Amino acid sequence: MTAKPLLDIKNLTVEFATRRGTVQAVKSIDIGVGKGETVAIVGESGSGKSVTSYAVVRILDRAGRVAEGSIGFSGIDLVGASEAQMRDLRGREISMIFQNPRAALNPIRKVGKQIEDVLLQHVQATRATARAKAIEALEKVRIARPEERYDAYPFELSGGMCQRIVIALALACQPQLLIADEPTTGLDVTTQKAVMDLIVELTRERGMSTILITHDLGLAAAYSDKVVVMEKGRVVETAAAAEIFCNPQHPYTRRLMQATPRVGMALRDLLPEAAAKPPAVPRILAAAGNAAAPLLRVENLVKEYPRPATGSLLAKLIGKAEPENPAFRAVDGISFEVRRGETLGLVGESGCGKSTTSMMVNRLLDPTSGRIVFDGQDIGAIPAKQFALTPLRRRIQMVFQDPTDSLNPRFTAERAILDPILRMGSLKGRDALRARCEELATLVGLPIELIDRFPHQLSGGQKARVGIARAIALEPDLVILDEPTAALDVSVQAVVLNLLEELKQRLRMSYIFVSHDLNVVRLLCDRVIVMRTGEIVEQGTAEEVLGAPQAEYTRELLTAIPHPPL
Amino acid sequence: MNDMSKVEPPPLRFEAPPSTSLLAHARHIVSENPVTGLAFGLFALILFAAIFGPSIVPYDPLASNTNSALQGPSAAHWFGTDQLGRDIFSRVVAATRLDFTIAVASVALVFLLGGLAGVAAGFFGGWVDTIVGRVADTIMAFPLFVLAMGIVAALGNSVTNIVIATAIINFPLYARVARAEANVRREAGFVQAARLSGNSEWRLLLTQIVPNIMPIMAVQMSLTMGYAILNAAGLSFIGLGVRPPTPEWGIMVAEGASFIVSGEWWIAFFPGLALMTAVFCFNLLGDGVRDLVDPQRRN
Repeated sequence: MTAKPLLDIKNLTVEFATRRGTVQAVKSIDIGVGKGETVAIVGESGSGKSVTSYAVVRILDRAGRVAEGSIGFSGIDLVGASEAQMRDLRGREISMIFQNPRAALNPIRKVGKQIEDVLLQHVQATRATARAKAIEALEKVRIARPEERYDAYPFELSGGMCQRIVIALALACQPQLLIADEPTTGLDVTTQKAVMDLIVELTRERGMSTILITHDLGLAAAYSDKVVVMEKGRVVETAAAAEIFCNPQHPYTRRLMQATPRVGMALRDLLPEAAAKPPAVPRILAAAGNAAAPLLRVENLVKEYPRPATGSLLAKLIGKAEPENPAFRAVDGISFEVRRGETLGLVGESGCGKSTTSMMVNRLLDPTSGRIVFDGQDIGAIPAKQFALTPLRRRIQMVFQDPTDSLNPRFTAERAILDPILRMGSLKGRDALRARCEELATLVGLPIELIDRFPHQLSGGQKARVGIARAIALEPDLVILDEPTAALDVSVQAVVLNLLEELKQRLRMSYIFVSHDLNVVRLLCDRVIVMRTGEIVEQGTAEEVLGAPQAEYTRELLTAIPHPPL
Repeated sequence: MNDMSKVEPPPLRFEAPPSTSLLAHARHIVSENPVTGLAFGLFALILFAAIFGPSIVPYDPLASNTNSALQGPSAAHWFGTDQLGRDIFSRVVAATRLDFTIAVASVALVFLLGGLAGVAAGFFGGWVDTIVGRVADTIMAFPLFVLAMGIVAALGNSVTNIVIATAIINFPLYARVARAEANVRREAGFVQAARLSGNSEWRLLLTQIVPNIMPIMAVQMSLTMGYAILNAAGLSFIGLGVRPPTPEWGIMVAEGASFIVSGEWWIAFFPGLALMTAVFCFNLLGDGVRDLVDPQRRN
């Protein structure tokens, strides 16, 4: 940084008025973004990274205010600027990309029109040239057949495509600063790579500065020049991207680095050194030639969904639409086995059928055809609605992806954990149930004093533990883990993954681990199945599939993961 | 550890505090929104009048005294007297019990019938949904007050039938709100989780869905309370339902209406004011009730 930085945040403090007094979300931070520089702000949830960016563009919600400090943007003081001035700067000089691209687009307006709106608003085009300029903008973000896509509505486009449109919108007025707030969270790895490559290329081309806000250290390392690490509202470390990963100075940065799953590390390495590690449990590998019958055998499983009828609106109204439409196959004839004591990874990108498969296996969804044989019984033949009432229900349980959504907001943690026992267990009596709940809470590392709380009074990690405790309450044989750590911070993820592994050994369970994160799968799974468009692309042991992939698609997935240099 | 969703702008939620009592929570809500405090105050007043009203009023609400007929408001008769010399203040206060009872009974009835039908329609879908939906549509196809008139006229002129008529015309409102709320929660993670715990579909409905739509139903109930009072008074006003000389706000307004032209405004005005205050109070109460019963807001 030789010249004066384009964006100069000095001693910034942002406060929020809450019920329990004011809370400082950002505490006297300094961040400088030079011209043409990409700065990544990295931190876990609650670190204040998003609040910082909202303060820059002044879109803090009403409870928030800048209490102290200054934000300079090429000579303008953004804290003191008038609202009219800010309106002019937003979009033209500073633009922003948000996490959920679909939410950022107007669902009932053609994407081309939306780009035109921005161009016209900031006098970048006239009515006559708007269409051509909008198509040009679409072309710049590498959208194939831009003339056709001009007329598309957001729901007709994929998530990655929508994010490109949002980027086109953000860059339409050639701003000097682009703020990307978790731009690829929720996108598949291959899409993430395409989108990030695009952002970097376009911003470099135009000499723009970028602030990349992310929780993913790998992403920050791969795409930024400088990394700012934030923790609890403070900047704990600022360094060049290449340096910070090789030589992290601050203990928090080191902790964060360590908790990020990477190639060539074991599950236990994710935990901080300081934490008392439980004695290593020798990993019982499911022997390849296990003579015993597998716990679960899935044969030729198919799930079809009827496609909406085509034909004109009139034809639909009078009920004359062609019914000859072939059904959509979400899962297309897959077969696999889960052995006792094994963790099977089910990986693939969104829409590959992995979640549908797991829903069918745990009998929340009825398959169209095929067999699901669990411990010798074809459970696929029992309708999903009735399965809850069979004694087999207690042997297959599940940990859900979103710990918040999967807990009834009106049940205490205790009531949630005990629910399966109350319905299917034999335990009776208040004291016995309470004791069992405390035992389970201890097992999953949930402090006992928290079990009387409601979900909204628990943190994300604590809610995840409640979900796990509920799943293991009846000591099931098979637990389906549906991206159990996707909504958690890396440090919490590290703890939860270790907990899951330890529980598996202790309770002799088998897992089906559904995930899109190959680094996590590598750590936890014995065998891996890679799925794409409802079919199995590749299966084998974790080392084989992720170490020496045979299928082209698996290789593609592996190379798309951004890695911090180590 | 902070629980912060990655999507939303900073919902600052720090280390969860210990649960507080309902009373402390109510105090907080009132301090945050004084209008809610006013609504709760009015509600307490209405409740007091409904319970103790008839026993504390200064005059017998039915006793006529032709010597003091048609007197304006004074120290002896705060709200004046009517054409038969009855004390209007006593009658207005004594009427609270009847109007309030009609409202509570009809709301309770429609809450049970409409709420359950709607929840079942939203949760099970299919033919249950079709039947509930069509019944609601049919009721909505009539002008509601005229429908209520028809029901009371057909079933007979009694307080019970006013309650039934009021419940029927509110049915679509409850069924639709409950259906929409149950429908969005049908596939929620916690419902799936409860299904995995071995809960039958009916149990899912009653233990997972119903408690979670109570906040919105409570708001709905508060709003319909006002509407139910207005409806009962309206029916009495046109001569259906409650019959004179029973003190009832609707009848009193009807009786006083003919005296307005001759200048005796107080006969219709004070019962009307009581009616308006009650409806106003229940409408304001809606927001307060939601804040109170929603666990998300209790911290």
